[in-house]
Amino acid sequence: MALPLLALVANAFSSRQAAEIWPHLAANVLPTALVQTTLLLAGVGMACAVIGVGTAWLVTQYDFPGRRSLEWLLVLPLALPTYLTAYIYVEFLGFQGPLQSGLRAATGWRSLRDYWFPDLRNLPSAIAIMAIVLYPYVYLSTRALFSVQGASIVEAARNLGAAPGRLFWRIGLPLARPALAAGLTLVLLETLNDIGSTEYLGVRSLTLSIYTTWVNRGSLPGAAQIACVMLLIVFALILIEVKLRGQRRFALPVRQPRPVTRRPLRGRRAVLATLACSLPVLFGAALPIGYLVTEILQRGLLTQFDATLLRLLGNALLLSGLASALVVAIGLCIATAARSGRETWLKPLARIASLGYAVPGTVLALGLLIPLAAFDNLLADAAAALFGLKPGLILIGSGAALVLAYTVRFLAIGVSGVESGLARVSPRIDDAARALGAAGPEVLRRIHWPLARPAIAAAALLVFVDCLKELPATLLLRPLNLDTLATVVYGHAARGVFEDGALAALLIILAGLYPAFILAKTGTDRAG
Amino acid sequence: MIAKTYLHALALSSCLLAAPAFAQGVNLYTTREPALLNPVLEAFTKDTGIKVNAVFLKDGLQERVRAEGANSPADVMLMVDVGEINAAVDAGITQPIKSDLVDKTVPAQLRPDNNWVTLTKRARVVVVSKERIKQDAITYEDLADPKWKGKFCIRAGQHPYNNALFAAYLAHHGAEKTETYLKALRANAARKPGGGDRDVARDIQSGLCDIAIINTYYIGLMSEAKNEQKGWFDAIKPLKTTFANGGTHVNVSAAALAKNAPNKENAVKLVEYMLGDKAQALYANGNFEFPINATVTDSAAVKLLGAVTPDKLPLSEVAKQRKAAANLVDKVGFDN
Repeated sequence: MALPLLALVANAFSSRQAAEIWPHLAANVLPTALVQTTLLLAGVGMACAVIGVGTAWLVTQYDFPGRRSLEWLLVLPLALPTYLTAYIYVEFLGFQGPLQSGLRAATGWRSLRDYWFPDLRNLPSAIAIMAIVLYPYVYLSTRALFSVQGASIVEAARNLGAAPGRLFWRIGLPLARPALAAGLTLVLLETLNDIGSTEYLGVRSLTLSIYTTWVNRGSLPGAAQIACVMLLIVFALILIEVKLRGQRRFALPVRQPRPVTRRPLRGRRAVLATLACSLPVLFGAALPIGYLVTEILQRGLLTQFDATLLRLLGNALLLSGLASALVVAIGLCIATAARSGRETWLKPLARIASLGYAVPGTVLALGLLIPLAAFDNLLADAAAALFGLKPGLILIGSGAALVLAYTVRFLAIGVSGVESGLARVSPRIDDAARALGAAGPEVLRRIHWPLARPAIAAAALLVFVDCLKELPATLLLRPLNLDTLATVVYGHAARGVFEDGALAALLIILAGLYPAFILAKTGTDRAG
Repeated sequence: MIAKTYLHALALSSCLLAAPAFAQGVNLYTTREPALLNPVLEAFTKDTGIKVNAVFLKDGLQERVRAEGANSPADVMLMVDVGEINAAVDAGITQPIKSDLVDKTVPAQLRPDNNWVTLTKRARVVVVSKERIKQDAITYEDLADPKWKGKFCIRAGQHPYNNALFAAYLAHHGAEKTETYLKALRANAARKPGGGDRDVARDIQSGLCDIAIINTYYIGLMSEAKNEQKGWFDAIKPLKTTFANGGTHVNVSAAALAKNAPNKENAVKLVEYMLGDKAQALYANGNFEFPINATVTDSAAVKLLGAVTPDKLPLSEVAKQRKAAANLVDKVGFDN
């Protein structure tokens, strides 16, 4: 895990070229990039917190028309890659899109000289688009908590006559703090490492600066320097998260927790609640998916559905499945080891292991390329010297390098998923099991695994969906003749005809919808 | 126990994934788009019986081949942009191609020491609104004229296509004048530089701008589009675009032989095939690029845009100015 990071730091400070480029970056690139990145993070973070916590509170505390469906529909936007949502909105709201065309048809205006329409390629649009895709992270984490954790406290407060608003601000929000922190961290890290949509929407983020510094100046050291600045931000974010979580322990009581009884809403309030929960689904999932379906039908793209496309789907599923299994396995090792508490140095290590998530995919892939290829060459040379074999490049040639890259990239989700699952198991249960003579592995197998399984499954599914959408590392590290859905969508977008990839894009979403659906259901079942 | 199950599953699946050793055929690493190359590669396999294994990369082709080192399966590298290609040569991952056919077909300055071989050329030109602007020719220098204020559209200044154009400007005029030029261009911009090359045509149609810069093959691709892009094409008119004291800014797509190519013979065959009449017609016409093979005369690009006189400045001189051009773009805040 530390390998790509070390390669990065070494690259940033090693050469003469590195020393030459720093003043230029510090004077001309970093100031804008820092400001834009900070605004982007703040905007996306706030929007996700409001949408995520708000909808989670509504669906767990109240009953209103459509609640049962909305409860899982609210997860769906997660299945869409951010870059895809960005493309779709620029097309949809663009000059040729249905909205402006309709406007012109209705008014008789002919061109942009006759009316004003906002340009979508700016920071506010980027914030809106990323928030509408990423808020489910917050929704998922806080909903799980609201639905079980606070039942007794919330009901006590209700019985004491607390008004709904007061209930939320004084009880709900403070209770949700650790879950909000966990969800927001994922949102912010994902915002930080995004390149597809920020580039398309013209936001000069740190990640984009890393990319242009590498590609245009051919300066890997310069890119690595910006990446190091970015890592500082990541460290700051993680510190804030730890601080927000505080020292509290949030283990459930030993007895099975009781879900909250929902209060029915009527009249205007019910309509408002339904509306508030429908809008994110509409903008985050329904509209983009509807747009893709329309494009597919209009362009007759269904003919693209053939054996090749199914093979791409198979590749994507296989790679993502392997990576999520590996992430959960490693996450389980790290989290249980950290939990046993004997080795205190493990806790910070668990955090550092999660850094891969924050590093832009391109940088991570480049960082991994060098050690992986070195390993492959070592093996190939040894095989040639010892057995006269020519195995080629084992890891890169087989796609294993890709699985490893996904694992490193999304380990954060695995670790925090397993951690939050285990946090629900009271340490007293561990003690009881040990007192009854169970050894460590047995405690893991017979107690931790069954109890934490829903949370671990949720983490695995999140990783799976993220791998399906992953692009930069897939592009750089895949072997000859291997393509996935994401790379095909990219291939069309690169030629400026992204609509031609609509079918593959829809398949990515569909492949991600099922896990998202399960993800939502797991939470509901737990809530009873 | 659980971990063990996973390990088993992993071991099993990696066997499934394990690729055959690519000892026969020819292995291609490319940054070009699959939809563009596949017809040529299929024709090659059909005509020669040699299978092509390809990986379509975005960035980092050079880094990957370098990291893979002596055991890299790469035989041929297909790239666009002279800067990229020169960087690969400088990184020491290429070897010269020895082929009489290459020497005969490609002019010497378009295959420096045979380290790489130009396959097609593309020009970067000015387009204007067919309806609102009445002129047929322009110089790159003229774009800085304040009369275009609020009317000029361009993609990001840091994009490699613009980077190469500005590098050429630098080679012609020096740093000081280029900085002034970039400032003036930015001041003329109707919107923040960004989007793609086709988007500027869309923005001309929508009335957001009157004048823009675009790569020639996009004009061709839009002309045969069956969707709204046809409307974008109908709204624009390409101008004969040159430097005040030179020709049109041209960039290349090129092939290079990988240093450790395991299938060298087939690799040379592929490069030679791509220079042949059939492939040039497919490759150049499929993407409206200018063929390098002089016998392919009636290319779709020429039919559409007329003949282009490339700038005399050697491409290697342009490549040398890339970093400086990127720095200037940052300095004047072109993309802000």
